[in-house]
Amino acid sequence: MTEFDEALTAFAAEVGTDGPVCVRGGGTRWSLGGEVAPGTREVQAPEGIVAFEPAEMTVRVRAGTPVAGLHEELAGDGQRTALPERAGGTVGGALMAGESSIACLGLGPVRDVLLQARYVCADGRIASAGAGTVKNVSGFDLCRLLVGSLGTLGLVGEVLLRTFPVGETERWVRLAGTDPGAVRSCYTAASVLWDSTDVWILLSGYAVDVDDDLSRLAALGACEDVDGPPELPPHRWACTPAEAAAFDARNGAAGPFVAEIGVGVVHASQPQPFRPVESGVVELNRRFKERFDPTGRLNPGRDPLRKP
Amino acid sequence: MARTLADATRRVLGSRRRGDRAAAVPGADDTDAALVADLVEAIGADRVRADAAARYLASRDASIYKEGNAGPVCYPGSTSDVVECVKVATRHARAVSPRGAGTGLAGGAAPLGQPVVLSMTRMDRLLEIDLDNGVAWVQPGMVNLDLSRALAPHGVHYAPDPSSQAACTIGGNVANNSGGPHCLAYGVTSAHVLAVEVVMSDASVVTLGDLTAEPAGYDLRGAFVGSEGMCGIATAVAVRLTRNPPAVRTMLLSFDDVSDAATTVSAIIAAGIVPAAIEMMDQRCVTAVEDFAQAGYPRDAAAVLLVEVDGPAGGVAIAGERVADIARRNQAISVRTAADDDERARLWKGRKSAFGAVANVMPDYYLHDTVVPRTRLVEVLERIYEIVDRHDLIVLNVFHAGDGNLHPILAYDSRVPGTGERVQAAGREIIEMSLDMGGALTGEHGIGVEKREYMNRMFSAVDLDQQSRLRASFDPHCRMNPGKVLPSAHSCSDIGALRASDAAGVWG
Ligand SMILES: Cc1cc2nc3c(=O)[nH]c(=O)nc-3n(C[C@H](O)[C@H](O)[C@H](O)COP(=O)(O)OP(=O)(O)OC[C@H]3O[C@@H](n4cnc5c(N)ncnc54)[C@H](O)[C@@H]3O)c2cc1C
Repeated sequence: MTEFDEALTAFAAEVGTDGPVCVRGGGTRWSLGGEVAPGTREVQAPEGIVAFEPAEMTVRVRAGTPVAGLHEELAGDGQRTALPERAGGTVGGALMAGESSIACLGLGPVRDVLLQARYVCADGRIASAGAGTVKNVSGFDLCRLLVGSLGTLGLVGEVLLRTFPVGETERWVRLAGTDPGAVRSCYTAASVLWDSTDVWILLSGYAVDVDDDLSRLAALGACEDVDGPPELPPHRWACTPAEAAAFDARNGAAGPFVAEIGVGVVHASQPQPFRPVESGVVELNRRFKERFDPTGRLNPGRDPLRKP
Repeated sequence: MARTLADATRRVLGSRRRGDRAAAVPGADDTDAALVADLVEAIGADRVRADAAARYLASRDASIYKEGNAGPVCYPGSTSDVVECVKVATRHARAVSPRGAGTGLAGGAAPLGQPVVLSMTRMDRLLEIDLDNGVAWVQPGMVNLDLSRALAPHGVHYAPDPSSQAACTIGGNVANNSGGPHCLAYGVTSAHVLAVEVVMSDASVVTLGDLTAEPAGYDLRGAFVGSEGMCGIATAVAVRLTRNPPAVRTMLLSFDDVSDAATTVSAIIAAGIVPAAIEMMDQRCVTAVEDFAQAGYPRDAAAVLLVEVDGPAGGVAIAGERVADIARRNQAISVRTAADDDERARLWKGRKSAFGAVANVMPDYYLHDTVVPRTRLVEVLERIYEIVDRHDLIVLNVFHAGDGNLHPILAYDSRVPGTGERVQAAGREIIEMSLDMGGALTGEHGIGVEKREYMNRMFSAVDLDQQSRLRASFDPHCRMNPGKVLPSAHSCSDIGALRASDAAGVWG
């Protein structure tokens, strides 16, 4: 069983045992799921890398650490996590928002990154979920529950994340006027973005394989190197992969968009119209919130059902 | 493979003395008459069995736990059958325990308190293959390998491949968040389940998760996967389809020292290579496998590693060479690369028949499942041999080395007096040693009843309280597969649904 470090116990003390409280990370997705109720006390999660073990492919890091800084540190050993890098965004914020990186196709979703979480419960005590290993099924999977929960079930202070090697070669290319489906044959594609005309592709892997894919792409049409992905419109739509690939038809409502092909997320200019949620799911969400935070003090006003 | 499981099953059943049967279902038939009549009325006589034989078979899984006690056994054919069964059970104040193929190794499917057992094996259809969304909807009773076979013509597969895949069901895989050799690179079941249709304890039907990348609300899908039948009954599962890799290279690396093999595992990961699989077997296991399956493993090796790299051809060749180099630098005595699909299949056959092969060594075995940091394999293996020697037992090691997931098999003969105690004692030491190394109680077999009382060793009271809140959010009255996973102090207070007959033993 665990002994918690000082940073974590100090964080728990700050959260305390009563009164509405929320955590401010980088503030990059501050309004996701609703505005925090007025009068809510703001606290900050502790910062810093506790232990990076490249040979284990894990990193223990405090939730207030900026993702970009973490990735800089991991890059020293050729590794990274699947967390998205948003300017100023923190590890805790990325996990609680639960939105995957645009390289999700290659990196996997955010929800699979979290191996262990130490968090402050509604009653002010510190709980530990998951294990310190890369594989574990000991008990119920609280880590999955926490990812994307917007800090409404517990306030995360320290986490153990899975890391993995960065591809030997990484390259963004753009194909003008291509059907995104044609790109399917590229095995090294870590991201395929489509704005209804052009396709942007991030190729990542061994140089030989990336080169192979490049010649495959060149056969489809003019393929040029670009610095990175296109600018993404501000609103995130939840879609199925099939809906994203056929997004054209709904262009009217969404405005200019960039669709993540093979994943299903679409970045659109207008907010997504309300998607009805099954009443049974709504009821379960209510029960989870009630059981984990009976007085409703954790991030009041936020509701993951109201994402994105 | 089929032979392996048939043997495993026979062993489990055969090792029981016949006389135990009546004792296993005390007074079942008359006290349950009204319940059985209602179940028959709800789903039909051909879908309900209450005879001693059916109950006996439903009272246990492949673990060594033999105290299960099944009530009537139902074989639902549809989601609505499941709904009806839950309603009837609730009306009779009885719990419900789902089961798949019963290959679980932690007693998860062993019913406690004589609940209504739902055997999901007749709901075994592939409902839909949706290539545009990269998913397939399957019923929970579908056998893992049958799913892979059905997907093969489409150039895709379902990645989690437990060694029991010829028998275990997708529902059981979801409930146990099962793993398998290829989960090293591809992730365990949770990473491959997008949505689950669940019959809840109040008999409502809810779909957790959906086919979008980030469904609204809490990740209820994620919370359900791995819940060992205690949060509801899965009646349909949307699984992710994984593209078949363009190239695969399978290698058998042999060592004349176990430590060299273990060091090689850590060195491969440290070099930034994530193979699709890294499996390890020690000499005793290799010998047993060779006697049983003739996979062509070198009998003189102290340990072998089965390493598979996959992906596009160029990278596979590079990664394969790097792995071979690392092995040679760590004193590998031979590096063999499968020349074709046949040889590859033979090498895997050896690995996957390991558990069946154990039956030739000793009449009984106890398979453990713990996880340790993969950088500490050398010292962990030394400790296991030391513990087992001290208890005068035999151990065969065959495990998912790449993610540090140990499977020491203690082989023994239960007819020799005192052996059972020694096996228990050694097992306990292995579990505690794994935790002391910074490890976990279980990597893929689950807690079930087997490791329930060890949960206090890994988790604090606060941690367990949080886990029980997750469970109670799904099933506030503890009607689903009660008595598993959480140690007694953290289990439901509402145990009215459990029968007095064995409540004392279970609830302590
Ligand atoms: C020889 C052998 C090798 C094995 N190798 C591996 C391996 O490599 N990796 C691994 O992870 N495991 C392995 N196992 C363990 C076991 O096969 C897995 O845990 C498997 O997923 C269990 O599936 P099952 O259908 O047999 O489930 P069961 O044993 O019948 O049940 C397991 C659990 O699932 C619950 N359950 C079953 N169906 C449902 C449903 N529809 N809804 C809700 N809950 C349900 C049960 O209540 C129980 O708690 C092995 C077992 C054997 C005997």
